[in-house]
Amino acid sequence: MSIEKKGLNLTLKVWRQKGPKEAGRFETYSVTNISPDSSFLEMMDVLNEQLIVEGKDPVAFDHDCREGICGMCSLYINGHAHGPDEDVTTCQLHMRKFKDGETVTIEPWRSAGFPVIKDLIVDRSAFDKIMAAGGFVSVNTGGVPDGNAIPIPKKDADEAMDAASCIGCGACVATCKNGSAMLFVSAKVSQLALLPQGRVEAARRAKAMVAKMDELGFGNCTNTGACEVECPKGISIANIARLNREFLLAKLQD
Amino acid sequence: MATLNSRIPEGKLAQKWQYYKDHQKLVNPANKRKLDIIVVGSGLAGGAAAASFGELGFNVKCFAYQDSPRRAHSIAAQGGINAAKNYPNDGDSVFRLFYDTVKGGDYRAREANVYRLAEVSNSIIDQCVAQGVPFAREYGGLLDNRSFGGAQVSRTFYAKGQTGQQLLLGAYSALSRQIGKGTVKMYNRTEMMDVVVIDGKCRGIVTRDMVTGEVEAHFAHAVVLATGGYGNVFFLSTNAMGSNGSAAWKAYKRGAYFANPCYVQIHPTCIPVHGEFQSKLTLMSESLRNDGRVWAPKLKEDAEAIRAGKLKPEDIPDENRDFYLERRYPAFGNLVPRDVASRAAKERCDAGYGVESGEAVYLDFKYAIERLGRDTVEARYGNLFQMYEKITDQDPYKTPMMIYPAIHYTMGGIWVDYELQTTIPGLFAAGEANFSDHGANRLGASALMQGLADGYFVLPYTVQNYLADELHTPRMNPKEGEFDKAVKEVKAHIEKLMNVKGKKSVDSFHKKLGLIMWDYVGMARNKEGLEKAITEIQALRKEFWADVRIPGSPNELNVELEKANRVADFLELGELMARDALHREESCGGHFREEHQTPEGEAARVDDKFAYVGAWEFTGVDAEPVLHKEELKFEECKLVQRNYK
Amino acid sequence: MANIFSYSIGRKLLMSLSGLFLVMFLLVHLLVNSFLILDPLFGTTEGVMYNAGVHFMTTNPLIKIMEPVLAGGFIVHIVYSIILTIQNMRARGSKTYASGNKTPDVEWSSKNMFVLGIALLSFLVIHIAQFWVKMKITGDPRLDDTVEGHNAYVLVHETFQITWVMICYVVGGIALAFHLSHGFWSAFHTVGLSNSVWIPRLQKVSVVIAWIIGLGFSTIALVQYLVFPLS
Repeated sequence: MSIEKKGLNLTLKVWRQKGPKEAGRFETYSVTNISPDSSFLEMMDVLNEQLIVEGKDPVAFDHDCREGICGMCSLYINGHAHGPDEDVTTCQLHMRKFKDGETVTIEPWRSAGFPVIKDLIVDRSAFDKIMAAGGFVSVNTGGVPDGNAIPIPKKDADEAMDAASCIGCGACVATCKNGSAMLFVSAKVSQLALLPQGRVEAARRAKAMVAKMDELGFGNCTNTGACEVECPKGISIANIARLNREFLLAKLQD
Repeated sequence: MATLNSRIPEGKLAQKWQYYKDHQKLVNPANKRKLDIIVVGSGLAGGAAAASFGELGFNVKCFAYQDSPRRAHSIAAQGGINAAKNYPNDGDSVFRLFYDTVKGGDYRAREANVYRLAEVSNSIIDQCVAQGVPFAREYGGLLDNRSFGGAQVSRTFYAKGQTGQQLLLGAYSALSRQIGKGTVKMYNRTEMMDVVVIDGKCRGIVTRDMVTGEVEAHFAHAVVLATGGYGNVFFLSTNAMGSNGSAAWKAYKRGAYFANPCYVQIHPTCIPVHGEFQSKLTLMSESLRNDGRVWAPKLKEDAEAIRAGKLKPEDIPDENRDFYLERRYPAFGNLVPRDVASRAAKERCDAGYGVESGEAVYLDFKYAIERLGRDTVEARYGNLFQMYEKITDQDPYKTPMMIYPAIHYTMGGIWVDYELQTTIPGLFAAGEANFSDHGANRLGASALMQGLADGYFVLPYTVQNYLADELHTPRMNPKEGEFDKAVKEVKAHIEKLMNVKGKKSVDSFHKKLGLIMWDYVGMARNKEGLEKAITEIQALRKEFWADVRIPGSPNELNVELEKANRVADFLELGELMARDALHREESCGGHFREEHQTPEGEAARVDDKFAYVGAWEFTGVDAEPVLHKEELKFEECKLVQRNYK
Repeated sequence: MANIFSYSIGRKLLMSLSGLFLVMFLLVHLLVNSFLILDPLFGTTEGVMYNAGVHFMTTNPLIKIMEPVLAGGFIVHIVYSIILTIQNMRARGSKTYASGNKTPDVEWSSKNMFVLGIALLSFLVIHIAQFWVKMKITGDPRLDDTVEGHNAYVLVHETFQITWVMICYVVGGIALAFHLSHGFWSAFHTVGLSNSVWIPRLQKVSVVIAWIIGLGFSTIALVQYLVFPLS
C-alpha cells in the first residue's frame, strides 16, 4: 500500500495442546506492528516466526489454499468460527477487522465429532466417512450420456450450485450448540437431490448419510440457524428442511 | 544416454488414441484385485485416477498430505474447463481445441498427447454432469459456455467462479464411493517421502504419517504421482501453502527425468503484493478478462499521482487510460494468452506506468457495468468481486481492480511418454506433475481438462497396459529389503534435517529462495541473471543445511519439519530450473529470455535449435545434471510465430 | 419405516409432531379460557359461557378420547426432549469455548428451548395440581355438580385472585410465547415443510401465533386478577 497504515499490536490467547490425549491450556503471546492489510493467518505466521526464533514450538494450525476454498483452515476466534467477519474463512479474515491493543482468543473447533490432534488442529475425518456412506452419484467412469442429454432448469442448477459450494470446513459443527452436522450433510443431499442425475438414488443417499452422521455421534439439529450465520459460504438452512423431507419420505417408503 | 522413447502409437494423429486402445493389453476382472496401485495425490488427476482404478477393481491406495482428499489445490481453480463440445455452434472442434492448445503452448508440446487431450475433453464434461457437478446452465436447461484467453470460440464450461471446486468435489465423491466400497484405501495427512525402485521398476513408496511421524513403506505394482506443480519454489505464488515439488523431485532423484523445468506460467490477474508478510498470492480468474478491460495510466504523472495517493483511478478520463492489451493485440484484445498478458503488464510497470506500489495495473468493470448492468456483472463474477473486496477492502464495482502477474502453474514436470509413464517403469505421472500437454504455456481452463483427462480417461488404460505384464509379480513385504533400506534413508534424511539445529526458520530460507527465483528466473530471464541465480541458490542451499532450525521432534505432528523437507527439495529444484532456463537460448511461452525477442518485444522462438523437450537426468545434488532431448515433430501444426494481433 | 425413530431426524419428527399437536391443544384451551373474560364483557354473570365451555370439554366423547392422547403428546414431547438434549450435550463435548459463542442473529429462544421447556413443565405441574386434580380427582368445595361444568368458573376465578398464582400464569404465558416462537416454525422445518421462501414466512407466523397464545393466557389471568376482583 502506498499510504502507510498504522500497524496493530495485539495480545493473543492461543490454545496449546501437545497431542490428542494431553490436556491443553491457553498461552498468551503478543505480536506487534501487524499490517491491517495482512490476513489473520499471515499474523499467525508472524507469531510462529517469532516463536521459532525464540526456540519455542510454533503453533500448529490447519491451512492450505489461503484463498477461502479448500476448507482446511479452522480457527475459532473471539467467539466466532472463522472469526468476526461475514462469509469468510479464517484465511480470508483480514486484520483490519481488529483494533489496536485488542486481545484475540484463538481456539480449535470444539465438538466431540472433531477431536483435537494438536494445538488448533482437529480431526475432521468424520466428514469423509459421511461422504463415503452416500455423498455421490453411483456412476462409473465412462458410458454416461451426453452432458446436454438431460436439460436441467436453471433454477435447480443454480440452487444445486449454492448447496454444492460447501467447503467441508466444519464451521457449522463447531458453531452448533448441539454439535450437529446437519448443514454439511444437507448441502450434499440437496445438491444431488436437485439434479436429475442424483435424484435416482436420492432416497438411499439421504438414509445412508443420516445413518452415518448419527453413528459418528453428531448431535440433533434444533434449527437455531447459527450454522448458516457462521458458514463461510452462506449455505442456507433451507437445505436442512430439504434433507428432512428427503429422509422422511424415504423412510416412509421402507 | 538413454534415448527418450515417447512411445507414440502409429497412425494418423486423429486415430492414435483409438489405435492404442484397440491394441493395448488388458487385465481380466479376476486378476485386477490381485494388483495394487498407489496414487499419490488426490486432486483432479489423482482423485479421478484412484476412483477409476477402484471402479475397475484394482486394489488402490491413495495418499494426500491434507486432512481430506477434498482439499487438493485443484479446488482453487476458478474459471472453467475447456471441451470441444461446440455447443454454442461457433465453429469449435476437437482439432481446433488441439490446435489452440499447441499454439497457446508456443509449439513446445507433444502433438499426440495434446490431440488425445482434446479428444477426451468432451467425455470429461459428460462424466462430470453425470456425477452431479452443477455446471452453469441457460434458461433452456442446457449447459452454458464462456470464452477464455487464447481462443476465439466459447468452449469453457464453468460452475460460477468455483469450477475447480465443483470438479474436484465430483472426483472426490467418486473417490468417496470407492473408499466406502473398500476398493480404495485413503491415507490422509500422509506425505510421500521417496519412491522405491527395485531392479529398475518402481515398486512402491515411502511415506511419513504427518500426525505420528511414523515412516513406513508401501508396495504396489504401479505408482502414479499426481502431486501437482512446483510453483511454490517462488515462495509467493497462487499455489496452496502446502503445494510442493517433493514427490516429483524424489522421483527425479531416483531416476525419473525432469522435463522443461523452466516453463513456469505467470498468471496476469492476481491481487498485487501488499507487504513483507504476504504468504501467498490470490488469483482473480481469467474469466474476468471476458468483461473487464485492462489498463494503465497513459500519463506518467497520473501514475505517479496515484502512487502518491493523490489521484483516484476512477477520476482518470478514458482518453488518459492506456488499454494496452487492446492497443497491442487488437484481434484478441484483453483475451490474449496468459504469458502475453503478463509480460505486457510487466512492460507497463517497468516503464513507470504501474500503480499502487508501482507493480499493479487496473482491470476495470466500469464498461461492463455500463453495457450489461450491475446485476449481470454480479451474477457472473459476484463471488470473485466479494473475494477481492475481502482481501483489499476496495469495492470493485466502484473502483477498478488492481492486478499484477504472479506465479501460477508449472508446465514443466516429470517427463512421461504417451502412456504417462516416466523413465522409471511402473512409475506414472499425471496432471500438473507431468510435463506433457501444455508446452511452454498453458491456456486458461486447460489445467482442469488435463488433470481429469489423465485421471479418468488415460491412466485407466495405460496403467492397465503396464500391469498386464505384472500379473506374476507377487506382492512384496514392504518391511524388508529395498523397502527397509529406503525407509532407513528417509529416516536418516529427517535426522539430518533435525540435527542442523541452526538459528533461522525454514520460511526465511524459502522467502530468500523465492526472491532469487522471481528476480532471475521469473517473468524475464537473461544469461547473466540465471548464472547468478545458480550461484546464489547453491550458496543458500549450503546456508540452509548449516543454519536451519526445526523445533520439536520428528515423531509428532511437526509442521516445520514438513516445510523443511519441501524447502530442501525446492533449493535443488530451483537450481535445475535456472539451468534449464539458461540452456534454452530462445523465448517461448512462459520462458522469456531477454536476449531473444522480436523488435516489438514479443517472444522469439528458435525452432531449428530448441524444438525439443529438455529432460534432465539426476547425477548428484552438487553435480551437473545430464540433458536428454525428445525432438518434437509437428505433423499437423505449422510452426509459426504466435500472432494475437 | 419401523426403525425411523432410531434416527436423529425420526426422533425430531416425534418432537415436531407432538409439539404441533400440543399447539392445537393450546389453541382450543385458549378458546375456552377466553370465555373467562368474554363472560363479564357480555354481561353474563356467574361464568355461564365459561362453564358451558367446560361442560362441553368434559362431556364430549371425542374430547374424552383425546385426553389420554394429549397426555401421551406431553409425555412424548418431554421424554424425547430429554433424550435429544442428552445426545446433543454429548455431541458438543466437554470443552466449551473460552471466548463464548457470539454468533449474531440467532434467536435467544432457539438456544434455550430446553430451559424454557423445564419452566413450562414446572408451570404445568402447578396448573394441573390447581385445576385438573381438583376437578377430576380430589374434588373441591367450590365445585358444584349441579351447575353445568361443575361451576369451574368459581374455582378458576378465585384461584386467580392469589397474587403468586397470577404471576406464575403471566410468566408461564411469556415463557410459552418464547418457546412457541421458535418451536412452531421449527416443527415445520423438521418435518420438511419449509424452504428458502417459507422460512421467513413461517418464522413470522410462528411469532404471531406464539405471542397470541402466550399473551392470551397471561392476559386472561391478569385481567381476572385486576379487572374482575371477587365481588
